[in-house]
Amino acid sequence: MQRFNQILYYLRESPMLAVGFVMVSIILLFGLLGPLFVDTSLAQPLSTTPRLEPSWDHPFGTDDSGRDLLSVMVVGVPLTMRIGLLAGAVGLGLGIFLGFTSGYLGGKFDTVVRGVVDTLLTVPGLVVLVSIASTIREEISVNIMALVVASLAWMWPTRVIRSQVLSMRERAYVQMAKLNGMSNAEIIWKELFPNLLPYLAAQFANAVNWAILSSIGLEALGLGPQNDPTVGMTIYWAITFSALIRGMWWWWAIPIAFIGLIFVGLLLIAVGLDELANPKQRKAV
Amino acid sequence: MSESAKKRDVLLDIRGLEVHFETRRGIARAVNEVDLTLYKGERFGLVGESGSGKTTMILALLRMIKTPGFIAGGKAVFDDGTDLLTLNREQVRQMRLKRVAMVPQGAMNSLNPVIRIGDQMVLTMREHGEEGERDELMRRVEALLDKVGLKPEATQLYPHELSGGMKQRACIAQAICLNPQLILADEPTSALDVVVQRQIMQTLRQLQLDLDATVLLVGHDMGLMAQFAERVGIMYGGKLVEVGTVSDIFCNPQHPYTQLLISSIPSFEKRGEFKGIPGVGLSLLDPPSGCLFHPRCPKATELCAQREPTLREVSPGQWASCLLHEEECDAPAS
Amino acid sequence: MPPLLEARHIRKVFSGGGGLFTDDKQTVAVDDFTLTIDADNPSFTTIAGESGSGKTTIARMLLGVIAPSAGEVLYNGRDLRTLDKSGTRSFRQDVQAIFQDPFEVYNPFYKVDHILTTPIEKFGLAASQAEAREQIEVALRTVGLRPEETLGRYPHQLSGGQRQRITIARALLLKPKLIIADEPVSMVDASLRATILANLHKLFRDFNISFVYITHDLTTAYQVSENIVVLYHGTVAEAGDVESVIKDPQHPYTRELIHSIPVPDPGSAWIEEAIEEKVLDEGAVEEPVGGCRYAPRCLQAMEKCSAQPPLFRSGTGRAASCFLFDEEQVLENGDLTQLFGEK
Repeated sequence: MQRFNQILYYLRESPMLAVGFVMVSIILLFGLLGPLFVDTSLAQPLSTTPRLEPSWDHPFGTDDSGRDLLSVMVVGVPLTMRIGLLAGAVGLGLGIFLGFTSGYLGGKFDTVVRGVVDTLLTVPGLVVLVSIASTIREEISVNIMALVVASLAWMWPTRVIRSQVLSMRERAYVQMAKLNGMSNAEIIWKELFPNLLPYLAAQFANAVNWAILSSIGLEALGLGPQNDPTVGMTIYWAITFSALIRGMWWWWAIPIAFIGLIFVGLLLIAVGLDELANPKQRKAV
Repeated sequence: MSESAKKRDVLLDIRGLEVHFETRRGIARAVNEVDLTLYKGERFGLVGESGSGKTTMILALLRMIKTPGFIAGGKAVFDDGTDLLTLNREQVRQMRLKRVAMVPQGAMNSLNPVIRIGDQMVLTMREHGEEGERDELMRRVEALLDKVGLKPEATQLYPHELSGGMKQRACIAQAICLNPQLILADEPTSALDVVVQRQIMQTLRQLQLDLDATVLLVGHDMGLMAQFAERVGIMYGGKLVEVGTVSDIFCNPQHPYTQLLISSIPSFEKRGEFKGIPGVGLSLLDPPSGCLFHPRCPKATELCAQREPTLREVSPGQWASCLLHEEECDAPAS
Repeated sequence: MPPLLEARHIRKVFSGGGGLFTDDKQTVAVDDFTLTIDADNPSFTTIAGESGSGKTTIARMLLGVIAPSAGEVLYNGRDLRTLDKSGTRSFRQDVQAIFQDPFEVYNPFYKVDHILTTPIEKFGLAASQAEAREQIEVALRTVGLRPEETLGRYPHQLSGGQRQRITIARALLLKPKLIIADEPVSMVDASLRATILANLHKLFRDFNISFVYITHDLTTAYQVSENIVVLYHGTVAEAGDVESVIKDPQHPYTRELIHSIPVPDPGSAWIEEAIEEKVLDEGAVEEPVGGCRYAPRCLQAMEKCSAQPPLFRSGTGRAASCFLFDEEQVLENGDLTQLFGEK
């Protein structure tokens, strides 16, 4: 109960966190409740009149191949979120495992992990992703897409979690836990992990954000799931059919607005949570 | 050893000083209606446990209280009539170092690690409006360092090249560079070894005598207070509970808290004897009614939970804030 | 039967601080320290020293947190480094610690109960929840705390004194034979220090628990302990029973140290009395290699001080590492424990 009150307290104290939550909730509700109000079959090509400006019938307009963009967003936003959440979860999961073990245990394992992460982080991510995505011969599905993005999403979490663990390892309560007879695994799980929860949540928001942006980047290059109307693929089609020159602003502006909303929402959550993870702030009476 | 402070001129008159902290569980009165008079050229020791408000009080005098804290009331009037607590931002800047200077607790954190000692001090002097060529100011810096027992070569050193004691000396030199009338020292030696502590305190005392400045030493080491201060004030829960000459406080304490505090000091006389003060420290957010000390006080009566005592003169030059003394003497505090 | 804990000529060298092209700096934190703690004969020993004296390093080696660079720490005759799982377990139970910072030892995520229930669970001290609760309450009452006022709170809701007493109660739960207390009162308010020291003294007297009390504060050392070891820069300057070392210090360093303590007696001339002419600050002096480390600050330094003095038996039950006493016998093996039994 106290923890719940604490969460409420932080939402009140950190407007950034609250605004971020509201923004992301709007996106999620849009994806969840959208299909109840919007005919998702209109997201398929040739299902309605093409090239319509936004109107009451088609609030977001329609595209070149006769798709209703509202329906496309209702279908596509959850797909994009799914890629982000899946890739973020896989990335963070790996990051937690590697970060905690290498940070806490140290030694050779740590040297190897640190070396690999530091080396890989210097390689521009998009280049790697492009080469991975373009070598996949079969059709790319949303889940494959998530895995492709996840292949790089673990390095940053690994590095930052490791550094957090390194500083926590020396804390007196870890020594106390050792004297209390706890094993290394128990210390990681019961002593270190709970204290990093807000920090990990912030990292998760960051990882999801990064994964969404990367997937959109790949998709805009045409390396995404061709048959799924994700937000990034919508931009790809808009680029391919020169929406910009032809004055069909709604075709590219609407997906970009969604990306902006998702990005800013997750960023605010991450920054807000980071504040909460900051022990200075937590200790304040 | 303890000259009568009575004959001296008043330097700073603090009346009803209140510093509050806003927290999510309410207002904490960190400094609670403190009246204190500091005389010219005296060494005053302010003692208290953590949370007693002693450090907050000197931060208030330096106007360095940061949010969520604020000065909620009171006056601190200098001999020329200026009230420290009403100065504006520019006047505060002028006041620091020239009138009131601070010797900090952790010398390491108050020196800039990437600037040589000499340059730092020249910079500080310039910032506070001292004019003149760099060489001229540097010679003044060397003279200052000499006063605190550092060689002139120290101007060329970076802070990390100095030992803890030398750093603290450099901080003292910086504090006295504009001849302040009041030097506030917040546990200046708590990070130092006892041998070095003694050297530093001797230096500080010598400077205080040379400059005829007033030193307000804040700390919890009763031994240090006994040796350094001429008068001592005891704080508890944001309140000043007793003030007196060092010999009054140590040999004839009047407030029960002071009495317990004095008897709890470990010394080389009492082996295997442990006299602590019963109970736990108070919470500023949830202070007891009446006298703040009454829940821990062995002499408390029912009245103590109801009436708040005020600081009264119990014998010439000795003031205590305890109902036990209010019955005997009715002379109100002036 | 081998003694409970035995430090044999332990030494700790830290290296580091070297740059890319410079050699690592080697710092000898502890140089040749020998001490035996016999559980059958409980003792209260202070290891006193200023910052950088190596006292905390010794504590950490005795606890097995760090391994000595040379020498060995033996638990029931077995090197700490070679202990198997059950050996480690009984070592942890027999030798416990109390730390300096009574806030840092608490995981801010948990209520204070956490550090009390964990050892019970991990060492299987109680058969049931009720029994565990009973044990915790008894331990808390032993250190003068009321369980209903302490349990179920978060560490920041308690005062420093209460927090430190809970850590003492925790150590007590394990029924250890030895507690290593590293500056247990230095971060506690003066008015509560006495209570905590009284707790430690009670555990020693009533529960026959031996103590190694690590401190920089000679006055509290004098209050609680029987024996004292004064360290200077990693070496033992002087050792003996606390009464004679404090009242009649022999090593020039101990004398200087005791002289420098401000006594709570306004009449003394601590502040006025000129300190004898010497190098102003110790940081300014280069440590001699191989010789007596105190020699550069010592007013009585002689030529022979360029060699490291052994511990001379400077009196009954005491020894000093100073050539002023070189007429006396050398303390065999540097084992301080021999001394402590003598008086």
